[in-house]
Amino acid sequence: MTPPSLQGEPAPVNYLNVAFGVRSWLLTLDHKRIGILYLVSITLMFILGGIFATIIRLELLTPGPDLVDRDTYNKLFTMHGIIMVFFFLIPAIPATMGNFVLPMMLGAKDLAFPRLNLLSWYIYMIGALFTLWAMVAGGVDTGWTFYTPYSVKSQTFVLPAALGVFITGFSSILTGLNFIVTTHRMRAPGLTWFRLPLFIWSSYATSIIILLGTPVIAITILLVGIERVVGVGIFDPDLGGDPVLFQHLFWFYSHPAVYIMVLPAMGVVSELVSVFSRKNVFGYHFVAFASLAIAVLGFLVWGHHMFVSSQSVFAGMIFSALSFLVAIPSAVKVFNWTATLWRGSISYDTPMWFALGFIGLFTMGGLTGLFLAALGTDLHVTDTYFIVAHFHFIMVGGTVMAYMGGLHYWWPKMTGRMYPEVWARPAAFLIFFGFILTFLPQFVVGYLGMPRRYHQYVPEYQVLNVMSTAGASILAVGYVIPLVYFFWSLYYGRPAGPNPWRSYGLEWQTPSPPPPDNFPVTPVVTRAPYHYGEEVAVAGQA
Amino acid sequence: MPAKPDPNLAHHFEDLGQQHEAATLGMWVFLATELMFFGGLFTGYTIYRSQYPAAFAAASNHLSVWIGGINTIVLLTSSLTMALAVHAAQTGARRTLVAMLLATAGLGSLFLAIKAYEYYVDYEEGLVPVLHFKAEEFQPSGSEARPLPVRGLAPEELREDGNVAQPAAAPRDRYAMPTEAAASFARRVELFLMFYYIMTGIHAVHLIIGIALMLILAHKAQRGRYAPEFYYPIEVGGLYWHFVDVIWIFLLPLLYLIGGSH
Repeated sequence: MTPPSLQGEPAPVNYLNVAFGVRSWLLTLDHKRIGILYLVSITLMFILGGIFATIIRLELLTPGPDLVDRDTYNKLFTMHGIIMVFFFLIPAIPATMGNFVLPMMLGAKDLAFPRLNLLSWYIYMIGALFTLWAMVAGGVDTGWTFYTPYSVKSQTFVLPAALGVFITGFSSILTGLNFIVTTHRMRAPGLTWFRLPLFIWSSYATSIIILLGTPVIAITILLVGIERVVGVGIFDPDLGGDPVLFQHLFWFYSHPAVYIMVLPAMGVVSELVSVFSRKNVFGYHFVAFASLAIAVLGFLVWGHHMFVSSQSVFAGMIFSALSFLVAIPSAVKVFNWTATLWRGSISYDTPMWFALGFIGLFTMGGLTGLFLAALGTDLHVTDTYFIVAHFHFIMVGGTVMAYMGGLHYWWPKMTGRMYPEVWARPAAFLIFFGFILTFLPQFVVGYLGMPRRYHQYVPEYQVLNVMSTAGASILAVGYVIPLVYFFWSLYYGRPAGPNPWRSYGLEWQTPSPPPPDNFPVTPVVTRAPYHYGEEVAVAGQA
Repeated sequence: MPAKPDPNLAHHFEDLGQQHEAATLGMWVFLATELMFFGGLFTGYTIYRSQYPAAFAAASNHLSVWIGGINTIVLLTSSLTMALAVHAAQTGARRTLVAMLLATAGLGSLFLAIKAYEYYVDYEEGLVPVLHFKAEEFQPSGSEARPLPVRGLAPEELREDGNVAQPAAAPRDRYAMPTEAAASFARRVELFLMFYYIMTGIHAVHLIIGIALMLILAHKAQRGRYAPEFYYPIEVGGLYWHFVDVIWIFLLPLLYLIGGSH
């Protein structure tokens, strides 16, 4: 995996060739190796979740229940949701790219707590194993939202799945803890807060949400588990409990969770948009503070998932108003990225295509979020495919796009190899158009009234469902192609050199792949990030 | 000749001061997550207590304030020994440090032993839901003699055409019969007791982790690991111990002292 040596010199020591063997990987304390471990695990979980999505879409080709029966269908969408939310989207960008790149962007040698970092990966794997056990044993059919009292009464394997989610939450918490402490205490000399790259600001805001939100879902899931085992009513109304209390506690985390998913993606987009338009990010301070605003406001809007739960209309109005408010910082970011692109010197490499795709699709998804924040509209489209389309636009059209963009952008840094652009660009277009064909019809069919989580539907909806499944097949091809060429590039990719994108980011001022301690000498930072277009940087200075 | 790097300095930190600050900040951040973890339980408790004040008070009356009080004194004393341990570490008093760490662990263990005895007494008195619960001990009185109707409609209120019947002048009370009122009152008492066992149980789990931590620190201190130049693990362990203590300070009044008559 190292670049071929030139003129007979020995290959330089980097984090990949400094030690070999399974033990050197499974017992590593190097944040870069841990990032790669996460990359492998998360990719496997993504494939698994995608398989469930494939079966769901195949079932929905026809109105009747012909591929799977209703109980199996319930299990399919439950496992798809659990795996995609907890085992892919939440850790995807922070645990892979965050782990790899964050210390380097700070000029540090590693995260603050390398052993906790490794522990977080093991916790993730143990949680994944519990959830896979639940799946193999027969599955869960409660929906990823585990609503009570059904989740207490369901005869499916709720307990191992809930345990899996509970355990994996701690993996998330440890990552967030590491990021916060590293950002506070391990910045290189001269790296003041407002010289930090925006990916750091986003990761910091994400970590705040992780730390304050995840423990709440942990205790909530624990209580559901206890209720299942002991049989006393904490959330079961037959036994004096309150099922809506479960929803409040669940969504208190699960709404901020969607910002855990999207904030790192926004951070990646900020990086990509500046490098590939050779321009400073417009309104840097606004974008930085918008990240914090999203984190704070994101904790105040959970009730918009509960407009029809029998919570009071007064509460609904307040949550509705706050939900409109939380859209503003996201919009601020979109405007600032657009202003960054304006009159930039734009190069259309694959990471840039993914970033542009993010901006378009996230904006569309976000706007539909405003429809849902309005009480009257939400009442009609709640629990329909409109909701499904809305969150897939943001999570797939948004987060997964940014994840792919970041992966392509930092791949040369991580491996020392370039991926083949000639395959990557068509794959990006397949993903983009496949995505739109999959999920745009779902807005329509949801508005027309097709409920979500149903294994059959009235025949009037079939055309739109067929379009959606066709799109999903294109999307699947679009995801498989990078899997192949990334793997191919490890052996046959063009050696990338330290900085193929000519980025001014600190992580690019060191060889690719980086040496174990990242920087031979701790860098001293004297300039703001993204100073493209200003006087040419002297070699060796950030 | 270059100075030998301090063996306590991890390779990714510039100096011990940075390492110390990172560890301390890390523990504070972790304690914030613990606060949110217990916070979910406190939230659930608060909501149910506001809905079922009489049942909660009746249940709390059956807990022993004496045992809770003694345990509180034990835990507060353990926080004192912990603070003394930190001071001993700062001043390099190794024997005192080891003694104070062991005292902290010992007092924590005493707390757990008293708690175990208390759980045993609770079981004997029929206060354990599902396993041994004497519902007849708990009779509703006052405002809870007629409990609140359950959320939603009883099946009988749906007409054949599927429409909902207009509710009667007074909301139909599913628990109109005295025996049913007593049954739901007993269920609410069980709800309190579930919160009691879960909250004190999770607190106990954290205490066990704390005791293990104290024993590890004591062992390392005994071997001369800590000195005035390098003692932050003691300080960080102390932060955790004090947090576990503070959680108990909140648990005590909420669980033991709401009855008003003991």
